[in-house]
Formats: sequence, structure tokens, C-alpha cells
Amino acid sequence: MSEKFDAIVVGAGPAGNAAAIVMARAGMNVLLLERGEYPGSKNVMGAILYSNALEKIIPDFRESAPLERHIVEQRVWMLSEKGHVGGSFRSDEFNVEKPDRYAIIRVAFDRWFSNKAKEAGALLICDTVAKSLLQDDQGRVIGVKTDREGGDIYADVVVLADGVNSMLARQAGFRAELDPANTALVAKEMHFLPPDVIQSRFNIGEKDGVAIEMVGSLTKGKIGMGFLYTNKESIALGIGCMVGDFQEGGLTPYGLIDDLKAHPSIKPLLAGSEVKEYSAHLIPEGGYKAVPKIFGDGWVLVGDSAGLVNSIHREGSNMAMTSGRLAAETIRTLKAEGKPFSAANLSAYRKALDETYVIKDLKKYEGMPGFLHGNRQIFSLYPELMAGAAATMLKVDGVDKKTKEREIFKTFRQSRGLFGLLGDAIKFARAFR
Amino acid sequence: MHVIVCIKQVPDSAQIRVHPVTNTIMRQGVPTIINPYDLFALEEALKLKDRFGAKVTVITMGPPMADQALRKALTFGCDDAILLSDRVFAGADTLATSYALASAIAKIGETQPFDLVFCGKQTIDGDTAQVGPGIAKRLGLNQLTYVWKIESLDINAREIVVQRRAEGGVQTLKTALPALITMLEDTNEIRFGTMDDAFRAARTELTLWNAAAAGVTDPSKCGLKGSPTQVKKVFAPPPRAVKATQIKGDSPAANAEHVIDALFSAHPGMQDDLRARTTQNP
Amino acid sequence: MTEQAKPASSRAKQDEALLAYKGVWVSIELERGHVHPVSWELIGKGRQLADTLGVPLSGILLAPPDAPIQETVADAHAYGADTVYVMADPILAEYRTQPYAKGMVDLIKKYQPEILLIGATTLGRDLASAVATDMETGLTADCTELDIDLSTRSMAATRPTFGGTLLCTIHTLKARPQMATVRPRVMPMPEHQQGRTGETIMAKLEIAEDDIITKVLSFIPDRDQDTAQLAFADYIVAGGRGLGKLENFQLLRDLADVLGAEIGCTRPIVQAGGMTIDHQIGQTGKTIRPKLYIAAGISGAIQHRVGVEGADCIIAINADPNAPIFDFAHYGIVGDALTILPALTDAFRRRLAAGQAGR
Repeated sequence: MSEKFDAIVVGAGPAGNAAAIVMARAGMNVLLLERGEYPGSKNVMGAILYSNALEKIIPDFRESAPLERHIVEQRVWMLSEKGHVGGSFRSDEFNVEKPDRYAIIRVAFDRWFSNKAKEAGALLICDTVAKSLLQDDQGRVIGVKTDREGGDIYADVVVLADGVNSMLARQAGFRAELDPANTALVAKEMHFLPPDVIQSRFNIGEKDGVAIEMVGSLTKGKIGMGFLYTNKESIALGIGCMVGDFQEGGLTPYGLIDDLKAHPSIKPLLAGSEVKEYSAHLIPEGGYKAVPKIFGDGWVLVGDSAGLVNSIHREGSNMAMTSGRLAAETIRTLKAEGKPFSAANLSAYRKALDETYVIKDLKKYEGMPGFLHGNRQIFSLYPELMAGAAATMLKVDGVDKKTKEREIFKTFRQSRGLFGLLGDAIKFARAFR
Repeated sequence: MHVIVCIKQVPDSAQIRVHPVTNTIMRQGVPTIINPYDLFALEEALKLKDRFGAKVTVITMGPPMADQALRKALTFGCDDAILLSDRVFAGADTLATSYALASAIAKIGETQPFDLVFCGKQTIDGDTAQVGPGIAKRLGLNQLTYVWKIESLDINAREIVVQRRAEGGVQTLKTALPALITMLEDTNEIRFGTMDDAFRAARTELTLWNAAAAGVTDPSKCGLKGSPTQVKKVFAPPPRAVKATQIKGDSPAANAEHVIDALFSAHPGMQDDLRARTTQNP
Repeated sequence: MTEQAKPASSRAKQDEALLAYKGVWVSIELERGHVHPVSWELIGKGRQLADTLGVPLSGILLAPPDAPIQETVADAHAYGADTVYVMADPILAEYRTQPYAKGMVDLIKKYQPEILLIGATTLGRDLASAVATDMETGLTADCTELDIDLSTRSMAATRPTFGGTLLCTIHTLKARPQMATVRPRVMPMPEHQQGRTGETIMAKLEIAEDDIITKVLSFIPDRDQDTAQLAFADYIVAGGRGLGKLENFQLLRDLADVLGAEIGCTRPIVQAGGMTIDHQIGQTGKTIRPKLYIAAGISGAIQHRVGVEGADCIIAINADPNAPIFDFAHYGIVGDALTILPALTDAFRRRLAAGQAGR
């Protein structure tokens, strides 16, 4: 006998849990399927939690969610071969009662988040893979087929929250295959250190933390970036490039992270640590242009499966939660009104999403992927130029500052040419606008 | 027919490390798993369910989060799950653990008589292989360890025949039920439960027993208090005072020559010894 | 009532009761006419413990009457036992938990040893736990070291923990006898002192065959002659993950052929199907005590270390200069095992052949 639910959510990550909570709270009969042994076991993220999106679902999350440290200092570094140029922003303003960013560890966080879904009344089943969607003759989605014997489960609507490489979405043709030029592969390591070592090294207290984002030589001329986040007893270090760049050969994710660990700006921060976890994950980087149709007859796409990631600002989990919530609210409303989950009716989800930062930010940066692809000098040339410039300016060697400035400018001009420099500046400004 | 399986939730010990600076055990983020040896016991019990319609009850003694292990066991197809959790159980060595489990199993038997108790051969975190036999002794169950295969089971005659791995060979033993079996590893492969099993596992209420509910009559025999063995010291093995002499040549061939020189001069008889052996066995 | 609040008199009584236990006992495992060598290894260790405590060392032998009992008792004395307690009964012909445990427990209750050592064979592990549970005493399994803490007159039993990454030392302070099992080849074989004699005390097994529910229907010996005999090999060559593809293990075999050595490997190789489990060296595999152990592409984590530390000479080959194996090997070569192994094979071949030509 096959079971039937009001809604099936595939994937107990940020998007799936958000959707399940909102629907279950409304009294819907929700099944939450997770392919990993437990929620979080298959998820890899930096990870930074953006409070705003979570507050809209669980306003008092701070009381029970496992949070590592709230971020009080953000460093942005441009790495060159031997050093880095960058800026940092730190403010006591971040030490508020309700900080807006936290370093988290996904395994613990997803467990907590999915427990909330269970508390709300959703039925969580792990270790079970939804292999394909069940569709009727008209192509309407009516359930999922899982990898367990007797594993066909029916529902009025299916929320596809199964991540960047959504098997279900690709299989049903709702989405194209991932484009290697616009999908990043990020390798990550967790380095364990005693809390007091982390605190003295980064000049933070027991509860606060630092986030470092990096670009530059670390990705060997390819488009990519790195990050370093402080957790309570560990440091999360990661670096990613486009899948296409790895496919070209010569680069491997673990090669990149090994080099990053050895970089003179990073090595001392990790000294004495014990590496305990290696992981890698794909991140959708196509931006606005790569977002497919995210609703249809009996289905919606949320989170990474919908490509909702703002790679410039590394915001993905908040978009996942927001999209999960909005999809669920749309579904909830339709259910209450007794309306079918047709594509036309579910389009309200997309409209709601358009009104939020999710689509607005993606639209703002829609030119960015193209810009980055066309201007790889940002990752190869500029880091060296910037570092060289800084080194020259800051060295006190008897040369007067005006001469130094001229030297720097000459170097820049020699590398890029005057028109090149101007062009870069304009393109960059345009992409950001 | 009713069989009981004892399992343990253990840290995935392959991931435990000693901190290089503080010399303490680093347990952070180490996932917990069902003791892999227990999976063979579970599968054997479930095979009896397939064959005889036996009811399978899975039981574990542990902290509250050991419920995850029980839920996982339920997804394989077990019928009932009991979590023995009580602060008085904490810090138990194998004697105290077998006391608590034996009490609970006896308690189960009061309302649901059982025919077999299954345990894994040992755990990956303690690996003493002592709890199974300890339970057998306490409950007067016929003890069958290192069982490789159940050859036959006659529920009416209440007899079981098993093949047991002994030193240098295989023993075939016959005994009467009820009996306790510890299963050898690699004897079977745990099945992937059906969707119905998964639903049932997600919806089943686990039975939670504290010491009193488990029928423990003497709490002083549980936990740390009931443990005759005490860990006095935990330490990383001391680095050997003298590390390996590094052989540094400019080619593999040079290294080979140098290390053999060092070897034969430090162990004068070895060259002749090796020659003697290799002429005997060309 | 908390422990601290126990009246002094009852604590004193408890201590007194414990003091009544004296002597170190070692279980002698005799099956099908052969004594398992671990029994002698433990007699050797037991002798040390007994000498430290100033108490006698005894062996305990349970066997059928047609077993070579006299010979075994003589060997036990020669290896260092002062007394051997013997229970000879046809019921003990094939190992079964019930009669062996009954026999041992009866002897323990009568003669009250303070320490009992049992080899961690399948028989030993089956028996030890049944006995320890009956005696409600502490049992520490798979010990790698045994010492006496004279301040408490108790045995300090050290064993690996947490999958072998750490060691822990365990005491049984409030129960007797203090029991420990030790795996074969961990303790060295003691000297066989011809002419050393001792006492023999016969005892009766107080159980009837009818009382024993478990029957042995048959015993089929392992006919598999080419199972590796790593535990007794003098020369062993082993490889680990550092060798890369399983095909590369041929280089190891070449070296082993030249040396007439046995081949071993680490657990991941067995799990990958590269070799059968009888070739596995390490904490969960075999403990080895060869004259020469060559380890190629093995990092030397503690799980492996505890299995090989007894080797007379360890040569380690590893590409990683920081591999832990260099902490306890005697000689180390940092480099690619795939080039060094063939070089060693050639060099050994030349050096060993050279002596034969023109002798």
C-alpha cells in the first residue's frame, strides 16, 4: 500500500527544512525525505548563517540553534604569491543581542533545523533517495519514486530541495545539466584548534568570530575564491574554482587547498591544527541567467536546485531558506483555498520571490558571471599588481612617495595598458551596478 | 519466536584523533554509528524473522542520543526498540553493562519470552568481546560465541545447531534454547529496509527505560559504581626516544645498499640466516 | 549510602577479603594435543608479575585425560610456573563454555589467586568473560602491557583504546582475581629452563556430562595450508596504502621471495580485497615478532604500531618524512616505495647470492 501525503519535500537542507516547517505548521501532512543517513551528512558549506532569513521562520532560533560564533570582523583579502592586500571591517556594532551572521557547522545545524520540522509535525525519513518524480499522463507531478522496495510515495505537491545537482529536476527536464563554466567546486577542510588558541590568534572572545574571504593567486589565474571562518574549536578553510577549470586539467581541488594552507598569510593562522574533515561540494554560480522555471504542475524548485545563489556575496543558504519559506507559503495558501497545485497557481511563488532580495540581488549581479569570465586578470594579474603596489608604497626605503607612485602606475600600465586599466574599471563598475 | 538483539552506538573510531597540542581526545564532530559488528547480529536476527516470522526486539544501553542507532535498526526491519538510558548507567565497564542489559532482557522476558539473544562479536570502541558472554552468564543462557552460521533451529524441540569459529578449525555445536549468540563479522550483509520499514521506523515510539523500568534491582551494580575496572590513565603512546635512522642516499639503489649495510652490521647473524632460508626454498 | 560513608569496619573487611587472594595464575590452553604458545608467553609475563609481588606463579590446565598433560605440566614448570593446577576429565575433551568455566571458577574460589591471565584466543575470550562475570570481577582485554603498582599491590593493565589511537591503563582495585587477556605474540617467549621443577595439584571437575546442555557435534580443522603464518614468521615484508594500486604489491612479493619472507598488509588493503585477512597486521590483525620487518607505504598509526613493535628490526619506507612510522622504526628511507622496493630486491638478491658463489 503506497502512502499519500499533502506534500513531499525532497532534501532536508536549509530550503527543505524551511518549506517543511512552514507547511507542517499549517497542519499539512508533510513527508521530508533525506538521502543522507541524517540531515547534514551530505551537506557541505563554509558555513555562514544569515540570521535574517532564519528569523522569518524561527524568530527565536538563537535560543536553541547550534551556533558556533557570531561574526564581528570581516576581512577581504586579495592574495598574491607571497602575501595579501586587503581590508577588514570590525565593529562592536556586531556584538548586538541579535547578530546577523554566525559561523555554523552544517551537520549540527541541519540536525537542529530538521528536528524543528519534526516538532512542527513533518515526518522525516532519512537514508532514502528520491530517484525520480512520479507523473501522470499530463505530466503533472504526483509523487516520488524512492530507492527502497515499495518506495512509490504520492503527494499533491512535491518540493524539490535536493540541491545543486538535483537529480529529480534534471531527470524530469525541469533544469538543464550543470554548466561546468558556471558551477563551482569547492574543497573544504576543518582544522581543529583549542578555542583559546583561536581566540588569541584572531583576537576574539569566546562567542565572536572572524570571516575572511579571499581572491587572487590562490586560484592560479582561474575564477574562484577562498574563505576562512572561525568556529568554536575549529577553523573552516575552503577554496573553489569552476568545475570547467578543474576539467581542463592541471588543477585539483585538493591541490588548491594544499597550496592555500601553505600560503604565508594562511599558514600561521592554522599552525598546530589537526585536520579532521575533508569535503567538497558544488555551488551554482550562473546567477540570474541560470535560474530555470521554478514551478510547474505539482512541483516547485527551491534553494540550490533552483540555482538561487549569489556567489559574489556568497549567499546561498539564506536564499534557500527564503525560497523554501515562500514556496511553502504559496502552497499553504492554495491548500487553504482548496485550489489545485497547477503551474498557474504556483506561479505566485515566483512572484513572491521576485519581490525579495533573492531575485533582486541576482538580477543586480546578472552580468557578473560574464564579467568574471571575460576578465580573468582580476584573479591573475591584479593580485600581483596590488601586492606589488602595496609593498612599494609601504616600504620605507628612502625613495620619495611621488616616485613610488609613478613606479606603481608604470607597472600597472605596462601590465594592462592604459585602455586596459580604464576598461577594467568601467566594466567592473558596470557589473556591480 | 522472539529474538532480542543488543546493539551499541559508538563513535566512528576511525575519525578519533588525539589533539597534537593538548593530548586530549578530539571527539568533535565525530559521527556516531551502530557498532559495525552489531549489524551482523541484526541481519542474522532479521533472517529468523524472514524464516520463522520471529519478532525482533533491538535494545541498547546508552545516552539519550543512542535513539538514533535504534531508529536506524528499526529501518532494517526490527519490530521494537528499547533504549536503556539512565545516569546511573554512565561510566559502566563490561561487567556493569552486562548487568544492566541482562536485567532489561530478563524484564522483557517477563511479558514476552524470548528464544535467542544476539550480540555482535565486540565493539570498535571497547573491543573486549565481554558483554555478550557476560549477559549469557547472568541469565543462564547457553553461550555460543564466534558463531559463523546457524545450521538449524528446531523451535519445537527448542534446539539450535551452529557452526562456531574455534582455534584452528570450525566447531559444530548443538545446544538448547534460550541461547546467546555472538556473531562473527562478514557472515552476512545487512539488508536495506523497505519503504514500509522506513515509515514504521519513523513513526515508532521508542520505549525508554530507566534503571527501575529495566528491572535493575541493585543500582550499585550499574555504571561507574558497578565497574570493578577503573581507567587510571589515558595517554598517547610515548614517542620512542630514538627515532628511525634516516638512510639518505642519492638514489634508490644507494639507499638500498646503505640500509642493508646498516642492517647486517647491526644484526651480524642475519645475512647467513637469510642465505640459509633462501637456499632451502629456491 | 554513598561510598565514602561506608563504615570503616566494612571497608576494612572488604580489604581483608581481598588480601586473602594471593598468587598469579596463567591459563594454559591445551587443545588437540598442542599448547597454544600464548600460554607460555603469559607464563613468562606472569613470572615477572609474581616476582614483583613476591608470590607464587601457577598454571591452570583443564584438559581431557588423554591429552599430553604430564608433558605440558613439565613445560609449564620449565617456563617458570611454581605450581600447576590440573583438572583432567573427558568432559573437557572439546572446549565448551560451561564445563571450562565451572572448572576454572571452582579452582579460583578454592585457591583464590589475585591475578589470572588468559590468552586472547577464541577459546580464551569466550572463557574469560564467563569466568569474570561469575566472579563479578574486572577483566581487561587485549592488554599490551602488564605491570604491578606496588603502592596498591594491584595490576596495571595497559591496552589500546579509541580504535587504537590512545592507550589506557586499567586497574581492578576492589575485586579479585584481577583478570586480563593478552593476544598471542605480544609478550615474549620466556626461557625454557630444562630441569626446573614444581608442584602439581590435581583437582576434580564437579560437573556431569548430563548437566551440560551444549554438545559438540564435530570439529573440522582448517585445511587451508596457505594461510599466512605471520604470527610466527621471522621475516615479514608488508605494504600499505602508500603503495597505491593493488598491482604494485607485486613489488612487495618480489622482495619477499628474495628474503623468503611472509607478506603482510594493513587493514585498508584487506578491506579493498588486496589480501585476505590472515595477512592483516596491526591491532585488529596479527601481532608479529619477526627478526626483520620491512614496511612500505605504511604510515605507522598506533593501530599498526601495537602490532609490530616487537620486531627486532623495522625498516620503514614512506614518501612522507613526517609519517609516524619513523618514530618507532629502526631505519627509515624517505622516498617512493615503488622505486625503493625494487632497489632493495636487487640489492638483497646480490648480497645473499654473493656468499654462495665461490664458497
